[in-house]
Amino acid sequence: MSEALVEIANLSKRFREEHDMAARMAARMGMGHEPATVHAVDDVSFSVAPGEVVGLVGESGSGKSTIGRMIAGLLPPTEGTIRFQGADITTRNRAETKAAALQIQMIFQDPMSSLNPRMRVRDIIAEAPVYHGLIKQSQARQFVADMLERVGLEATAGDRYPHQFSGGQRQRIVIARALAVSPQFLICDESVAALDVSIQAQVLNLFMRLRRELGLAYLFISHDLGVVEHISDRVVILYLGRVVEIAPTEALYSDACHPYTQALLAEVPRLSFEKRRFEPIKGEIPSPLNPPPGCHFHTRCPFAGPRCSREVPRLRHDGPRAVACHLQDGGVE
Amino acid sequence: MSDTSPTTPKARAKAISPLRAAMLDFAASPLAMVGLVVMVAMALAALFAPWITPQNPYDLSQLSIMDNNLPPGSEAFGGMTYWLGTDPQGRDMLSAIIYGLRMSLMVAVTATLCALAIGMAMGIIAAYFGGRIDTLIMRVVDLQLSFPAILVALILLAILGKGVDKVIIALVIVQWAYYARTVRGSALVERQRDYIAAARGLGLGHTRVMFRHLLPNTLPPLIVVATVQIAQAIALEATLSFLGVGVPVTEPSLGLLIANGYSYLLSGSYWISLYPGVALLIAIVAINLVGDQLRDVLNPRLRR
Amino acid sequence: MTAVLQVEDLKTHFFTRAGVVPAVDGVSFAVNKGEVMGLVGESGSGKTVTGFSIMGMVDKPGRIVGGRILYKGRDLASVGEREWQKIRGRHIAMIFQDPMMTLNPVLKISTQMIEAVQAHVDISKQAARERCRAALARVGIPSPDERLDAYPHQFSGGMRQRVAIAIALLHDPEVIVADEPTTALDVTIQAQILAEVQKLAEGSGTALIWITHDLSVVSSLADNIAVMYAGRVVEQGRAATVLEHPAHPYTYGLIESIPSRNKRGVDLAQIPGMTPPLLDLPEGCAFRPRCPNATDACRAEQPPRKMPTGQMARCIHPMVAAEVAQ
Repeated sequence: MSEALVEIANLSKRFREEHDMAARMAARMGMGHEPATVHAVDDVSFSVAPGEVVGLVGESGSGKSTIGRMIAGLLPPTEGTIRFQGADITTRNRAETKAAALQIQMIFQDPMSSLNPRMRVRDIIAEAPVYHGLIKQSQARQFVADMLERVGLEATAGDRYPHQFSGGQRQRIVIARALAVSPQFLICDESVAALDVSIQAQVLNLFMRLRRELGLAYLFISHDLGVVEHISDRVVILYLGRVVEIAPTEALYSDACHPYTQALLAEVPRLSFEKRRFEPIKGEIPSPLNPPPGCHFHTRCPFAGPRCSREVPRLRHDGPRAVACHLQDGGVE
Repeated sequence: MSDTSPTTPKARAKAISPLRAAMLDFAASPLAMVGLVVMVAMALAALFAPWITPQNPYDLSQLSIMDNNLPPGSEAFGGMTYWLGTDPQGRDMLSAIIYGLRMSLMVAVTATLCALAIGMAMGIIAAYFGGRIDTLIMRVVDLQLSFPAILVALILLAILGKGVDKVIIALVIVQWAYYARTVRGSALVERQRDYIAAARGLGLGHTRVMFRHLLPNTLPPLIVVATVQIAQAIALEATLSFLGVGVPVTEPSLGLLIANGYSYLLSGSYWISLYPGVALLIAIVAINLVGDQLRDVLNPRLRR
Repeated sequence: MTAVLQVEDLKTHFFTRAGVVPAVDGVSFAVNKGEVMGLVGESGSGKTVTGFSIMGMVDKPGRIVGGRILYKGRDLASVGEREWQKIRGRHIAMIFQDPMMTLNPVLKISTQMIEAVQAHVDISKQAARERCRAALARVGIPSPDERLDAYPHQFSGGMRQRVAIAIALLHDPEVIVADEPTTALDVTIQAQILAEVQKLAEGSGTALIWITHDLSVVSSLADNIAVMYAGRVVEQGRAATVLEHPAHPYTYGLIESIPSRNKRGVDLAQIPGMTPPLLDLPEGCAFRPRCPNATDACRAEQPPRKMPTGQMARCIHPMVAAEVAQ
C-alpha cells in the first residue's frame, strides 16, 4: 500500500466562546450561561494519496473550510493528528515541520483579498522563494517569468499591481505564488466559486494541467457538486462537522449510500431542457452551536428512526467506500 | 460574485491610477485646496525663514531697542517697514512670526513623526499577535489616553525640565497612544484578509508579515490622523509655551510670542499678541481643512 | 398574450471619469403574465444594471439614456421619482442577492413589513400585520406570528431570503425582478427557495425576471431565456430552444463549459480570453475576439436575427448546425 501523502486522523476543532470578566462574574453569581461551544469539526479522518484529487464537499457549517485551514497550518486543531509523508505536522513549531509546511499550500476563495494590493506581482511571486533561499535574488526575474508562463499569464504581468487584473487572472497569480515554493499538495478552498462560469472552466483546466505536469495532489473544497465531480478522484461528504460518506467519484455520483448525499445530488440544479420541479428535503441546516443529538442529519432524513436520535453512526469502511449511517449498519430501530 | 456596488459596473480599463484619482477627488473641494495652498506656503516660509524675513529677530545686533512697541506699518530708523509692528524688544513682528511658525512647525512635525513611528509599531504588534500582547499594549494605551494631554505634558515637563527637545519628548509621549489605537483598529481588519494568511502559509516570519504586508495596507487612515494631529501638536505646544513651560525664550514659537504680548493686549499694543495668534489660527485651520478632505477622499465607503 | 413588461432598446450608460461605460446598450425583451424570464450573463454583462433600470434604481453616475420600459402602456424610463415610488414595491418588486439589502438589521421584521404595506395601501396597523403574517406563511416560514417580532439576525440566511421574498409579494405585484437571489445560499436551501418560487409564480400569475449567471438554475425555472454579453442581448427565445440548440457561439460556449456537460477528468471546453472592458469594446460584435466562427464581416454592428430554430441571436455565423448533446 503506497504511503499517503496527507493523512488526517480523528481531527476535531471546537471553538469555545471566551468569557470576558463580566460574563465570568455573572457565571459565578449564577446568572450567566455556559460558554457556547461550536463543534466545527468532529472526529474527521481521511487521507490523500500522492497525485490524487480528493473533493471535500459540504454546505455551511459542514466544517470543510476549517479542515482546510487546519491542514494548511493556519488553525491549530483541538484534537487529532495531521501527517505529511508520514511525519506528524500537527503542531507547526519545529524546524522540520516548517519545511513540510511549505509543501502544503492553500489557494483561497476570494481572488481580491488573496493578494497584497501594495506589492507588484513579481514581488508577490518571488518573495517566499527568495526568503527561504530557494532561489537567489538575481534569478528572481527569470523565475517569475517562468511561473507566470506556467499559469498562462504573460511575463509583463510581473510589473503590474493586483488591482489591474481580473478575478480569473488574479487567481492564476495566486496559483503562481503557491507553485513558487514547489509544493506537493494544494488545498483549494472554494477556489473557483467567485469566478464566472467561463473563467471557472479556464482555471479548472489549469488545475488539471498542473496536476498532470507536476504530479500535484489536491484537496478540492467546494460546495459545487458539478465541479467536484469533474476534477476529483474521490469525494468526502461532510455534514455539520462529520464525515457522512467517502467514495470514488463515479461510484458516489451514480450510487450514493447516505441519505444526505442522495438529497444533495438530487437537488443540485443540472442543465435541463425543460422546466423541472424542485423537490427539496425539508428543514433548515441546524446550527453548529446546537447540533441534533445522535446522527446530525436525522432531523431532515426521510429514513430516520428512533436509533438515529440516540446513537451517533460510526463511519464504516467497505473497500474504497465508507458510510456513516445506521441504515447500512443494522437498521434505524 | 464581484464586490463592487451593484449599480456601478467594473470599468476594467483603468485609465487613471488610483493616486491620480485620489488627487483629483481631493481637488474637488475648493476649501481644501485653499487649505493646502496655505499649508504649503507656511511650510516654505518656515523652511526659508532666514532668507525671506526682513530681519533676524534673534540677532541682537539687528535690533534697536528704540524701535520698541511701534504699531504696524511704522518705518524703522534704517529704512525698513515694520509691517506688523514691533515688540517690546524692538523685534519686527513679521519676522518673529515667521520664525515662530518655523519653531512651531518643527516641533509639531518632529513630535508627530516620532509618535507616529512608535504608535504604528505598537499598534501593528498588538493587532498581529492579539491575545495577551494586545491586551497589555491596549491597556497602556487606554491609560495614556484617559489623562488630559495638557496634564500629562505639564507633569512630564516638570520632571524633564526645559528645552525644545524636552517639549518634543513630552509631545511624543502624549501622542503615540492615539496612533497606536488607530493603527490597531485598521490592522485588525486587514489581519483577517487572505493575503496575510497566505504570507504566513508561505513561511514568512512575523516581522516580515507585520511590516511588509500588514503595515502598508493600514496606512491610509493614519495619513488622515497624522495630518490633523500635527495641528493638535501645534496647539498643544503653543499652550505649553504660553504657560511658560515650553520652548525657551531665545527661540520662541507662536505660543510664546502670544504670551509675550499678553500683558499689552488691552493697553494698546495689541499687535504683539494678535498677529501671532492669527497666524496660529490660520495654521491650524488650514491643516484641519486638508485633513478633513483627505479623510473623505481616502474613505473607501464614500468611494464610487 | 400581451406583455406585462416590455423593454425596448434600453440603454443605460455610466458617465465615469474614465469615460462613458455602456453597461446596457440596446436591450429588448418582453415578459408575459405568469411567465418566468431568465436573464443570464456573467459579470460585466449588464444583467444587474438592466434589473436596476427596470426598477428605476440606477444611481449616479449612471442613467437611462435611451429606449423604453413599457409597463401597462406607460414608459417608465421617463417617469419621475414620485411616480416610481408608487410603482416600486406595489406593481414591480425586487429581490436582491443579499437579503440584508432589503432588511434593516436594527428593526423588527414586523416594523419593516408593516411599513412596506402602509407605504402603498391605507389600512390599519392590525390589518397590515395580518397581511404580513399571511405573507410569511405563504413563503413557508414556520410560526409566522412569533417570527414577525424577531430581528433579521435571528434568522438564518435562507430564512432571511424568504422574508425578502415575502416582502416582495406583499402587494401581489405584477412583476418581480429577482437578482441572483439564491446564489449565496446552500444547495439544499436553494432548492427549497426555488421550489417556493415555482409554486408562487404558478399560483399568482406574477411575471418573474430571474437574473443569474447560473444556467442550470434558470434552465429548470424559466420559460424564456435572454443571454447577455457586454451590455447586449446576444440570444433570446424559449428556454428549451436556447439550451438545446444554442445559436450564438457565446451561449454555446457557456453551455459547453459547464462541468457536468464534460467528460470527467478531461479538460473542460473553455471559451478563450476574457470579457472585453466596457470602456474599450471591439467594433461590431463584442464577442468577436473570442469567437471560433468570427470573420471580418463580424466587425459590423450585429442586429438581432431570427434563427432557423426559432430564437433570436445577434450573429451571422450561428452554431445552428451543432446540436447540444443530450
